Amino acid sequence: MQEVTKLIYKYLRHDKKFPHVWCPGCGTGIILGALIRAIDRTGYEKDDIVLVSGIGCSGRMPVYVDFNTLHTTHGRALTFATGIKLANPNLTVIVIMGDGDAMAIGGNHFIHAARRNIDLTAIIVNNSIYGMTGGQYSPTTPYGMSATTAPYIHIEQEFKISELAVTAGAVFVGRGTVYHAKLLDGLMERAILKKGFGVVEVISHCHVQYGKQNLLGSAVDMMKWQRDNAVTVQRAKRMKPEELEGKIITGVLVDKELPIYQDEYDKVKERAKEGLSSFAG
Amino acid sequence: MKKRQPREFMMQGNEAVVEGALYAGCLFFAGYPITPATEISEIMSVKLPQVDGTFIQMEDEIASMGAIIGASLAGVKSMTATSGPGFSLMQENLGYACMAEVPCVVVDVMRGGPSTGIPTYPSQGDVMQARWGTHGDHPIIVLAPSTVRECFDLTVKAFNFSEKYRTPVIVVFDEVVGHMREKLTFPRPEEVEVIDRIRPTMPPEWYIPYEDTTQGVPPMAAFGDGYRFHVTGLTHDIRGFPTLRPDEIGPFMDRIHRKITLGLPEIQMGESFQLEDADIAIIAYGTVARSAQRAVINARERGMKVGLLKLMTLWPFMRVAIEKVIERTKVVIVPEINMGQISREVKRVNEGKAKVSTINRVDGLTITPEQILRGIREVS
Repeated sequence: MQEVTKLIYKYLRHDKKFPHVWCPGCGTGIILGALIRAIDRTGYEKDDIVLVSGIGCSGRMPVYVDFNTLHTTHGRALTFATGIKLANPNLTVIVIMGDGDAMAIGGNHFIHAARRNIDLTAIIVNNSIYGMTGGQYSPTTPYGMSATTAPYIHIEQEFKISELAVTAGAVFVGRGTVYHAKLLDGLMERAILKKGFGVVEVISHCHVQYGKQNLLGSAVDMMKWQRDNAVTVQRAKRMKPEELEGKIITGVLVDKELPIYQDEYDKVKERAKEGLSSFAG
Repeated sequence: MKKRQPREFMMQGNEAVVEGALYAGCLFFAGYPITPATEISEIMSVKLPQVDGTFIQMEDEIASMGAIIGASLAGVKSMTATSGPGFSLMQENLGYACMAEVPCVVVDVMRGGPSTGIPTYPSQGDVMQARWGTHGDHPIIVLAPSTVRECFDLTVKAFNFSEKYRTPVIVVFDEVVGHMREKLTFPRPEEVEVIDRIRPTMPPEWYIPYEDTTQGVPPMAAFGDGYRFHVTGLTHDIRGFPTLRPDEIGPFMDRIHRKITLGLPEIQMGESFQLEDADIAIIAYGTVARSAQRAVINARERGMKVGLLKLMTLWPFMRVAIEKVIERTKVVIVPEINMGQISREVKRVNEGKAKVSTINRVDGLTITPEQILRGIREVS
């Protein structure tokens, strides 16, 4: 408990007018807690961290914590982060997005940031719904569920965020749930320390919008569901596809090495200074 | 003997924009290919890494605009360049830069619109979009070069204004100016003034990132400078934190407009040509101002007292300068390669005092001196 109090004192902004905007029982606070513990474990100074977010419930995370913080436009957090990181590679840039942010309006930026392998960390809060606007379906709302814009049930298939990140080329991809907070600490720490584009998908619950419309119970009930349906990567390997139906595969999905954009661009600078352009500008 | 560096070049307007940006200290460019602005990206990709800057081709213009705002927040002068369709995509993040007061420069090489329009032909159809393209009330500075020389000079000015007033600055010119080649003599280093944003010098605990100052422009720390602060597109208080309080929102909105108004004497640039004794005044910008100048010369040869006010700043609108022209003349002609955008503003300022006549063209071609001369004859 003492340890927690110390972290709160060190990282929360004392001059920000609390209370925060999140509903009681929301998973976002647990995710922010995990992020703070992860950052603390990396040993980076507060001055070196830039926390960038998009729009939505998750977008409000940076304002409460004492880093360089940037609350951008909907879906575009990764583009701002790209500019920050390339302009000052000494900064550690962490991007927080929701499922609507990262997969719908910002889906294109997400796959391209992963492909480029810019040294950023993307944390995606996946609660399967647009919470802040009142419970409309998102790209991760499963088929057959209800939302305020899917009153006759949802007919689209969902995006699997981590699997998409793997395919797009992210060098580190991990998935956890709000229930597995300690796992989150570790995944986030590894993603931040990883050289290259790291992704942590966090399965969260929105009991106020998604849970209520789909009769999934309270925040605690939804976290119990996370507990009961999470399967580790190791265990999943021994399971049949039909057994994995509706399960959440947690742990590290990918951890590989690829040249990062900044190192490659340093080579471009070398070639440019030697006058090796293929274009007579 | 030391070899002299050549300082005179034949170059396109688009090339001169790059040279102006580099002269002003731009070290970050993010863009997306689009005709007729692509040369700016291509030349930036060659030149920026030579000076330890960064060029990146993003996945679209929305991302380009986001990236240059991010780079600027990290303390680096940044720019993007595009044309109509891309400029449309940039509008939301452009508003973000106004709201969060992030210096950056956006170049829009105008082609025919709407939609995909005429990519290879000139237009001045984006000048109202440059003013009002992003939603909400916001201040903006828009400069409009008409020569290759001005492409260089006004790009330097655009960076200077963006840094000094903490605002995005837009440089708009039509395809003809972008692709036309003229002689450009490079100024020597330090020959032209280059302004950098004021950064805070006080201890971090005293820093209030959006505090009002006499000029309305608070010092701007870069991420990583040790001043940890919050930046948001929400209405915010002086500390940068979101606010819903009318007594905080009102003063903020007043300040971001006031800071530009206080700078009007230097921001608003124009050139007058033979206006002293003119009965007929032409108000023009971009390529059309060149045609207008030729028309003035031809008209004077025929004994007609015609003059020209060339606007180099489109927004904030040069109300005072135009009022002075209106007071002295009976007729004002506003030729534009659009259906009449700046002419509406001239009419608004005119308030019925002089006769305001327009010459418009949207068939893909620019307005010729002969066309303007015909317009002069019709009103004289």
